Amino acid sequence: MSILEDTPQYTKKDFMSDQTIRWCPGCGDYSILSQVQSVFAEMGVPRHQFAVVSGIGCSSRFPYYLSTYGFHTVHGRAPAFATGIKLANPELSVWLATGDGDALSIGGNHFIHLLRRNVDLQILLFNNRIYGLTKGQYSPTSEYGKKTKSTPMGSVDHPFNPCALALGADATFIARTVDIFVKEQRDVLTAAHQHKGTSFVEIWQNCNIFNDGAFKEHTERKTRDERCIFVEHGQPLLFGDKTAPKGLVLGSDVRLHVIDVNTDEDRARVLVHDTSNQLLASLLIRMEGAEFPTAMGVIYQVERPTYEAAVHAQIDASVARTGGGDLKKALASGSTWTIPG
Amino acid sequence: MQEVAQEATRQVPRTVIDDVVIRFAGDSGDGMQLTGDQFTRTTAVHGNDLATFPDFPAEIRAPAGTLAGVSGFQIHFSSRDVLTPGDQPGVLIAMNPAALMANLGDLKKGGLVIVNTDKFTDRDLEKAGQTSSPLDDGRLEGFEVVPVQLSALTKNALDDMGLGAKETDRCKNLFALGIAYWLFGRDTAITEAWISNKFKAPYAEANLRALRAGYNYAETVELFHSGYEVPPARLAPGTYRNITGNQATALGLIAASQKSGRQLFLGAYPITPASDVLHALATHKDFGVITFQAEDEIAAIGATIGAAWGGALGVTSTSGPGVALKAEALGLAIMVELPMVLVDIQRGGPSTGLPTKTEQSDLFIALYGRHGESPCPVVAAQSPGDCFWAALEAARIAIRYMTPVILLTDGYLANGAEPWKLPEVDAIPDIPVNLATDPEGFLPYKRDPETLARPWAVPGTPGLEHRIGGIEKQNETGAISYDGDNHELMSRLRKQKVERIAQDLPQAEATGSPDGILVISWGGTYGAVHTAVDTAFKGGMRVAHTHLRWLNPLPPGLRELMERYERVIVPELNMGQLSSVLQARFARPVESYTKVQGKPFKVSELLARLQLAQAQA
Repeated sequence: MSILEDTPQYTKKDFMSDQTIRWCPGCGDYSILSQVQSVFAEMGVPRHQFAVVSGIGCSSRFPYYLSTYGFHTVHGRAPAFATGIKLANPELSVWLATGDGDALSIGGNHFIHLLRRNVDLQILLFNNRIYGLTKGQYSPTSEYGKKTKSTPMGSVDHPFNPCALALGADATFIARTVDIFVKEQRDVLTAAHQHKGTSFVEIWQNCNIFNDGAFKEHTERKTRDERCIFVEHGQPLLFGDKTAPKGLVLGSDVRLHVIDVNTDEDRARVLVHDTSNQLLASLLIRMEGAEFPTAMGVIYQVERPTYEAAVHAQIDASVARTGGGDLKKALASGSTWTIPG
Repeated sequence: MQEVAQEATRQVPRTVIDDVVIRFAGDSGDGMQLTGDQFTRTTAVHGNDLATFPDFPAEIRAPAGTLAGVSGFQIHFSSRDVLTPGDQPGVLIAMNPAALMANLGDLKKGGLVIVNTDKFTDRDLEKAGQTSSPLDDGRLEGFEVVPVQLSALTKNALDDMGLGAKETDRCKNLFALGIAYWLFGRDTAITEAWISNKFKAPYAEANLRALRAGYNYAETVELFHSGYEVPPARLAPGTYRNITGNQATALGLIAASQKSGRQLFLGAYPITPASDVLHALATHKDFGVITFQAEDEIAAIGATIGAAWGGALGVTSTSGPGVALKAEALGLAIMVELPMVLVDIQRGGPSTGLPTKTEQSDLFIALYGRHGESPCPVVAAQSPGDCFWAALEAARIAIRYMTPVILLTDGYLANGAEPWKLPEVDAIPDIPVNLATDPEGFLPYKRDPETLARPWAVPGTPGLEHRIGGIEKQNETGAISYDGDNHELMSRLRKQKVERIAQDLPQAEATGSPDGILVISWGGTYGAVHTAVDTAFKGGMRVAHTHLRWLNPLPPGLRELMERYERVIVPELNMGQLSSVLQARFARPVESYTKVQGKPFKVSELLARLQLAQAQA
């Protein structure tokens, strides 16, 4: 990667492609695209070092709308393509745009294997809890009972919690954000870029055609602070009205509980977020029920060697040991014999 | 010990013969593949021409002693040219009743049978489904039977080593190999060196003792009326090694990487009989080879295409079921016009089929097995050693024409071995690669006028940022386009690009008669078909042979060649797939001769078919 001095100063515009954007007017994807373009411009990475890979679905049109290198691949298989490009070309900044159907249904297998390998790239999972491009069937994140075109009596599928699935697959970076959150989303994208390893970012995204208002409570001004807790490493887990905040505490039952934080004593009981704590991450990811907010921000982050570094370290060690392969020697391996002319 | 053995050998009268087919047969746990492999190496170094046919069950350990668990290894070696592993063994080494009965039917009348008589208890016979012992019920009449107490003799030889009964018994295959070495006057040195290298003490010692004991036993007790001597073959001058098809494929891919200067990336998922390509390449990391064992077949090709986008020589190796799974991604590779090689080591299908047996039934899926109009070049290897050249050629065409290429080999080539003359590395031409670097006038789908190839523009190259994908795109610019006329243009361009590969291929030619019957074969049947046609031609029949290396495109001049003959016979190990292709393409009838038994053609079967054709004429 070029050193910063060599990197042109970019603006968001430098990351816009000449393609007409074909998402529905009002789609949450527009906001995500805008935040990604802004963040790409600020990363200090030359534009030609970005490789954006996607599968199939509304979200997967993403690469066409960025002026970087882009590859729109096969439904669900983008993690495989992204792994290949990163192994062949480790210095690239690789980004994977996917959706709830693409990543968790048809591509579920590749998704978990990418996470366990810890290839250094960023997964942006646009979760709108619906199949949009095929016009409105339930997805693997649709809530139980969801009535859609393919489930007129309600879905009887239990939904995935994408962050929980990522944690179960030993992801090293797990974050959650929402399409229209500008600052919070940009912070998460920047942190994902800085993380060495597979960074998983779940982005809640409104489909105003087939699943409008799916995240309304979390995005509307009057309910947002009650429904979201913005977690930050080293900071107390507080949410709600700033003047009368609520906090998360760990009960003796090893479950999270919500308390009103009125006194210093209350404040002392409130958990402090620690992104390296897997148990805490698990509890934060799985908060369910009306009294609990949804955790937003970087929920979990640990260091583990990246896959491509380990692969190339083995190659480098082999090359160092033999001084590089010799084709003549390789061909003549095993027993040989010579027939004189 | 070795000196003693050689000393003894000189005193024995040896009958000189020029051609032997020997089969080792036992339980899948008896080490028959290893025994056969050692015999092959020694025979190769002795200078015989040879071909091998390992034949083993899909189960790693089928119930011991049963017919289902019999594993065999056949070697045909000669002082003449050898193109097939032989129709009928003249020597059978049978480790138990199941191995004897499963193979006896194949043995030549009057053939030599070396039997481990220690495995013929009532219990052993029952496991093999025998109600009486073939050793004394007359079923071995007409064969030369040499009974050997392999288990007991091996035990005697290792008695003082303090090994367990099981460990001792495991060495009996080396005892049998020692006998075979004596029978053909072969030096035990190569196997001894291998044992010393492969096994730790005390097992190295145990195996060495068993091998030498077998050799000396054959010598001392005058087990055979006579030993045999098969003099070295008159092969072309040069340095040779013994090579299997999968080894040759792996080395051919490495050579392609070296000659193109592109890093080799292999994406693979374990599958029989292709896994050895992955294993082989995983040991060659010092060439910069990346081997990626993916979570499934789809991921394997996905990562391969991703790596090809990233500028690597992308290869994915698999077998039939894996090809089916890779179909959608292969269609994408055709659409985005990136170079890669898909190696399909064919096995018996459909579904799981016969995983360890050979077949040529993936020609249709290679040619047509994708949705949409998705033309893909297809090349096939003709012998184990030829897999090297076929792999190299597949990579060369993939890069030159910016297209995926399917390389078809098969289980018979993959596991079979032959002596292979080492190529002059410096004489192998480079594979030119022209990566796009100049942003001036760059368009991702602007085509080379000669090959119609688009530029290979690798992410990380300044100024060439562009998007590719599965959606139809406008020619040259690569922008998404749903325009009907453009789609037709692009469909035609993709087809024409593959057709243009024919300009690089040699004219179709035949050996043998200039008229009469033309036999057209492809892939791993080359050896058997060529031997049969050559034999018939030399016997006075008006018959000729042409072998197709490329199945898509077909070689130039094939139509004209076919027109010169009254009849065309197409032998295949499938239900007539090439026959269909040729008839559809050239609108002339051909006679299909097929076999789908998981086994290669015998020369005798092909000869019989040719004789029938002549009788009809």
